Amino acid sequence: MDNPTQEVWVTGIGLLSCAGEGTAAHMGAFDQGVGPAHIDTQGFAPYPVHTLAAIDMSRQIAKKSDLRQMERWQHIGVYAAGLALEDAGIAHQAHLLAETHLIVAAGSGERDASVDAKVLEAIVARGDTELSAKEILPTALRPTLFLAQLSNLLAGNISIVHNVTASSRTFMGEEMAGLSAIENAVRRIAAGQAQIILVGGALNAERKDLLLGYELGCNLWPGDYAPVWQRHTAGGGLIPGSAGAFLVLEARAHAQERGARPYASVRAIATDRARRSEPGQIRRILQQLFRQVVPDLTPMPLAILSGASGTEPATQEERDFLNNLDTDGFTPAVRAFGSRLGHTVEAHFPLGIALAALALNRGALFPPSAGDIFEDAMTTQVERILVTGVGHWRGEGMALLERVDVGRAS
Amino acid sequence: MGNNLKDAQGRPVVAVTGMGLVTSLGWGKAANWAQLALGRSGIRTITRFPTDGLRTTIAGTVTCADGHPGSTPELTFAMARSAAEEALIQAGMTESPGFPGPMFVATPPAELEWPQRKALFEHPSGEGLQGYDRLLAAARTGDFKSMFETFQFATVADHLATALAPRGLPVSVSTACASGATAIQLGVEAIRRGETDAALAIGTDSSVQLEALIRFSLLSALSTRNEPPQRASRPFSKGRDGFVMAEGAGVLVLESLERAQARGAKCLGIIRGCGEMADDYHRTRSKPDGTAIIGAIRNALRDAGAAPEEIDYVNAHGTSTPENDKMEYLSLKAVLGDHLEVTPVSSNKSMIGHTLSAAGAIEAVLSFMMIENSLLLPTINYDEPDPDIPLDVVANAARRGIVRTVLSNSFGFGGQNAALVLAAAP
Repeated sequence: MDNPTQEVWVTGIGLLSCAGEGTAAHMGAFDQGVGPAHIDTQGFAPYPVHTLAAIDMSRQIAKKSDLRQMERWQHIGVYAAGLALEDAGIAHQAHLLAETHLIVAAGSGERDASVDAKVLEAIVARGDTELSAKEILPTALRPTLFLAQLSNLLAGNISIVHNVTASSRTFMGEEMAGLSAIENAVRRIAAGQAQIILVGGALNAERKDLLLGYELGCNLWPGDYAPVWQRHTAGGGLIPGSAGAFLVLEARAHAQERGARPYASVRAIATDRARRSEPGQIRRILQQLFRQVVPDLTPMPLAILSGASGTEPATQEERDFLNNLDTDGFTPAVRAFGSRLGHTVEAHFPLGIALAALALNRGALFPPSAGDIFEDAMTTQVERILVTGVGHWRGEGMALLERVDVGRAS
Repeated sequence: MGNNLKDAQGRPVVAVTGMGLVTSLGWGKAANWAQLALGRSGIRTITRFPTDGLRTTIAGTVTCADGHPGSTPELTFAMARSAAEEALIQAGMTESPGFPGPMFVATPPAELEWPQRKALFEHPSGEGLQGYDRLLAAARTGDFKSMFETFQFATVADHLATALAPRGLPVSVSTACASGATAIQLGVEAIRRGETDAALAIGTDSSVQLEALIRFSLLSALSTRNEPPQRASRPFSKGRDGFVMAEGAGVLVLESLERAQARGAKCLGIIRGCGEMADDYHRTRSKPDGTAIIGAIRNALRDAGAAPEEIDYVNAHGTSTPENDKMEYLSLKAVLGDHLEVTPVSSNKSMIGHTLSAAGAIEAVLSFMMIENSLLLPTINYDEPDPDIPLDVVANAARRGIVRTVLSNSFGFGGQNAALVLAAAP
């Protein structure tokens, strides 16, 4: 067996979302306890979308040729990855980057909406799907668009722009992509199969072609803003958010040797897939996962960063699970970070891990969402945070992070 | 317990106990082997959609007894399921309530195709609206929920999870054309970590649809040697002009050798080592000095604890593009040195085309079959060797030979490179 005992530290965080750029902007946005930032209610009506704060992408992607060869979801991801590498102190350190592994949670398939509209008009006018597509696409499609559609090309661009090269793997599957990515990173480091990994994901939510993928299953929230816990009476739904969330995860010994300090330690992670063919399956899986990641904790106040999306039945079943923790003696203080930043799908679990690490490092959870009736205040120092990830269609996961007494200056 | 249950690094030896295969030459290992051993090609003229006017009109399409199921994800799933069932039968693992370990699926990214967009566009709810607003109006009606379940990125793996009931989260992975090898590597690593003593590695891809063909064509990646189709894919030949898109699935049941022996399962071979390295040079080309490819191969040999001289045969990535085959030769030369001169090399893609996400898994299955049958599959269409690529290509006809250790290469668009060292049962 590979050495199974390395402690996994979070030593770098790169965040980009509607709340802005960087760790301070994100903690600041959450600490204000106000409602969500940057919601566009017009551009994608009837669907509200959390739009990305204005960012000068050239600050992390210096070459114009690189910027041109990418679409926006790749800009977001490459930018956030660069922030994480800088934060971990390994950006531009050739010897460290060469031993840094890369794991990306990705979807994409970014389309050229105007080309698609043109093809559809022709299809309807002529009644022939394939002939129309065949005649229009070869001259209308940009060759480089394909390189933005392939899921693994966010990772490819991160390697090109930031020179992370030890290995590169891309996981897909909506929220399950993020769960798989974090789980693979944590397990490889814990077992000594890797020492340092850049892991994360990105979503450009400001695309109607992307929204279409979710709305085929009637998963989008079509009304005025409401926190995720308060959408079930109207059938539930998610409000997508543009975001990039990347982490540098590192073996404790490796970090200590290079003098890097951690935000927090990832103590346990577990994932599963409820069949979701009957009510209650999601809740039962969450209960099983909880026993795996919190096997011997005595009852105590427990901070929880929930990745709830707002879709049903997933969100109500997660809420049932969280409510049951009370009867087990835990006092959950829940924060659904998607209420503020939107649901960021592939990036959502990495985003939750990042926010948990930031809160643990300073020892205090942030206040509940404004107007939320489910989220309780927590005034005691936070020692552990449970991060949940429940896919809007499939996939369940959980990670437990712990405070490290040699943490970073916050 | 014998000492052979752990490798030199003290990790569990990972055995292969079941394999399944679908390619353009047929469904099942036996059907494929019979054709491949004779050097037959599965490349044909595309009839699935009209191709007149397109630069490339050929592919290694997979045909189903009851016709094409309608979309990439549906055929991608059907092939994987069939190959997985074949693998589980061979492994003797059909009786348990489900597969007793995790499942790693190399699968293409999901996307709607034109017939689906057309159906949405023509739904009456969108009248008067344009473009995606019209498609969204149709989606909002809830009439397209079955389309939702077919076109998520998680779809293929999720449907396989329902069919095969593996443990835990079904994992979907993409490293482009290296995905199949990565799926195997993920399974090997999970067993070595001691998390599980069995894993299912699946590579599956049915990307031959109109827009995908056009996109690869726009990147000038595809062969345009359309007549005759069987002659288009010619790895390592002087006149090679691009790869041929193809479909297929390969599945491997991975187990710790300890578990396989304990239950009396036949060990078909072992995954001795895995290596990878990412390129940081260009989105579709590898670094001119071959650093990342060389690194991936060296990492695989190091992980396997194998000297270059132990490699009896190289199952090349060999796509038949001018760039790949030259870079692969230079990289093999750098790692294997003089030993390369006496090492036979072949590319299955000469016969079955480039199965993209599935290629690494399919080629691993074929490598183990070559070990088992002491027969090296040929590189067909090798009439005019490229003088810049002086390899011992297994040319045009299969070659007898005892093989114990195989190097199998997979290099992806986007610079993701993987290599596997596959070996005979100990």
